[in-house]
Amino acid sequence: MIKDLFTATVIIGIISSGIRLATPYLYAAIGEMFGQRSGVLNLGVEGQMLLGAFVAYFVVLRTESLLLAILAAIGVGALMGLAMGFVTIQLQATQGIAGIGFYLFGMGMSNLLFQKLIGVVENIDGFSAIKIPLLGDIPVIGEIFFRQNLLVYLAFLLVPLAWFVLNKTTLGLKIRAVGENPEAADSLGVNVALVRYFTVTLGGILSSIAGASLSVALLNVFQQNMTAGQGFIAVALVYFGSWRPFGILAGALLFSMVNALQLWIQVLGIPIPSELAVMLPYILTILVLTLSLTKGKGPSALTKAFEREG
Amino acid sequence: MSQSKKLTSHPAKKRFAAVFDSFMPIFATIAALLVGAIFLLLLDANPITAYSALLEGAFGSFNAFAETLVKAIPLLLVGLGTCIAYRGSVTNIGGEGQMIVGALLSTWIGLSFTNLPGWLMITIAMLAGILGGAVWGGLPGVLKAYFNVNEILSTVMMNAIAVQIMNYMLRGPMIDPVQAEAASQIPQTARLEMAYRLPRLVPTRLHIGLLIAIILAVMVYVLLWRTTLGYRIRAVGQNQSAAKYGGIDVKKHIVLALLLSGAFAGLAGMMQVYGVNYRMITDGSATGFTGNAGFNGIVAALFGQLHPLITIPASILFGGLLVGANSMQRIVQVPSALITALNGLVVVFVVSSEYFRRRSQRKRIAFIESEDEGKPPKERSEGLGEAAS
Repeated sequence: MIKDLFTATVIIGIISSGIRLATPYLYAAIGEMFGQRSGVLNLGVEGQMLLGAFVAYFVVLRTESLLLAILAAIGVGALMGLAMGFVTIQLQATQGIAGIGFYLFGMGMSNLLFQKLIGVVENIDGFSAIKIPLLGDIPVIGEIFFRQNLLVYLAFLLVPLAWFVLNKTTLGLKIRAVGENPEAADSLGVNVALVRYFTVTLGGILSSIAGASLSVALLNVFQQNMTAGQGFIAVALVYFGSWRPFGILAGALLFSMVNALQLWIQVLGIPIPSELAVMLPYILTILVLTLSLTKGKGPSALTKAFEREG
Repeated sequence: MSQSKKLTSHPAKKRFAAVFDSFMPIFATIAALLVGAIFLLLLDANPITAYSALLEGAFGSFNAFAETLVKAIPLLLVGLGTCIAYRGSVTNIGGEGQMIVGALLSTWIGLSFTNLPGWLMITIAMLAGILGGAVWGGLPGVLKAYFNVNEILSTVMMNAIAVQIMNYMLRGPMIDPVQAEAASQIPQTARLEMAYRLPRLVPTRLHIGLLIAIILAVMVYVLLWRTTLGYRIRAVGQNQSAAKYGGIDVKKHIVLALLLSGAFAGLAGMMQVYGVNYRMITDGSATGFTGNAGFNGIVAALFGQLHPLITIPASILFGGLLVGANSMQRIVQVPSALITALNGLVVVFVVSSEYFRRRSQRKRIAFIESEDEGKPPKERSEGLGEAAS
């Protein structure tokens, strides 16, 4: 029983699926991080994920092209992001509430389209695992890290890339400036609205890819509400990781590992209530947010609309 | 400038502008329905047939209207909580979790004590629901006030935790003894005693919860605008530093706003069990129990401009949309999920319409200021719940 958890195969299995399950969190939370660093809180991630998941799945079902599926997800995500941008940047709507609106919209739309266009749950051929030459042959490590599918690799590459863009490029500097002090950034000639449009649209695209990674790379199926709150967790991960890409990576892995563990507990029939395992990361997040010392250091202008004087 | 001068120099026109502003949510809804009409056309359905099926299904008959009211009850209760929280500038999106915990606690008590007089148990159960919701909302309040934890996140987390507690309880300790024996193992509780069910108002499924909710709406109005507590909650919501300077315990009132808000959602959860289903059952998700009322209640309150009394008709309207969606699904074969999407659009349009309201308000304020003090007009008035962080 409990002993079964500690065999090599099971441990490798847990870590390997934990890595895989971190994928959607990474895309969505990194996207959300860019938005928040520029001052926009997007609570609609869940809705964007669901739409992305549906669109990608639908395209694979009809065309069997994974490339087209990802492109379609990017398109839908960009549209959702632009809409969120228009409402919160142009019309200065309260960000938290607008986000809930987009969440309901995305959920309703994806359910509607699924019921109308497909109806029955059908498996598809999604992204398959790619074994990286040489590295994939290393025992244990190869199995865990280097026999995943393309979207998993890209998600993990996104973390250092996001770090680089945010900290080492002019664009990153602008994003941070706009999130900390839009008035000052504006007076230095930074186009605050444009920067925010960029980050929110990027966030929409990444959330949509996060959803697609579920439906065409991890589970290879679409079900209604299949994201099951992962979009909201992605938002929480940004706080959890103190708005830093590597902090987010740590949080994402924590959530996904516990999730993987809980799946294996069920598979092995170990008599621990799986509900307890599922709720653990949430409790942990609340605790971390309560006890962490860095939590006060979010972007100063987060949730504040910006308007030029005159 | 000359335009706003004209606007304010005629009282009638000024009043017209104010009335126009208060109709913004209705314009926003019409806009959402128009977008919905486009979706319907894309889905090969006739929007007129679809919307008339929706209206007919929601308000077309005595039974339909009763069903609409049944759906409106949890929306109104959650909406009242939303009014309090958002007036205090705290964003409570934990309605789902608060409903679940309120329902669990009240159901547990109802199943534990089976031979109390009905009125007594119903009273106790209502208090239990309120208590459960208050705890589930108050905790994020404490975390926000004293540990600076963002309440949007903590309430989302608390939602997820509540769902797992529900799933565990209904699968384990609270499972219907019949199901525990049976092979099916459906995660549901036993039925409540007949005597414990909320009395029905008319021979439909409409229960007394409607009256209670309406009385509570009046009480929330009195609370917010006629009591010191309400004044303080709103003062904290409008300007924390000013409230603090005025000697108000800001932290305490943040906790109170979230706690009260949760209490209403908890009561909504209790009424779903004692008034509608008479037992709890889970499909593993929050929506399975709440029917998304924890979110749709926010929609209703926003639509009601965070005013408890306007939230009453707003809840009935959205209850009607939800009920009507089912008959629309039957008649034009468009999934009722369309209504969820449209609800989302209504929220988006309503918060966006704030922009236009602010703009016309600003024009008026600018005029008054420039006349009174000869200052250049530039102050902007704050919109609702600005301090979501």
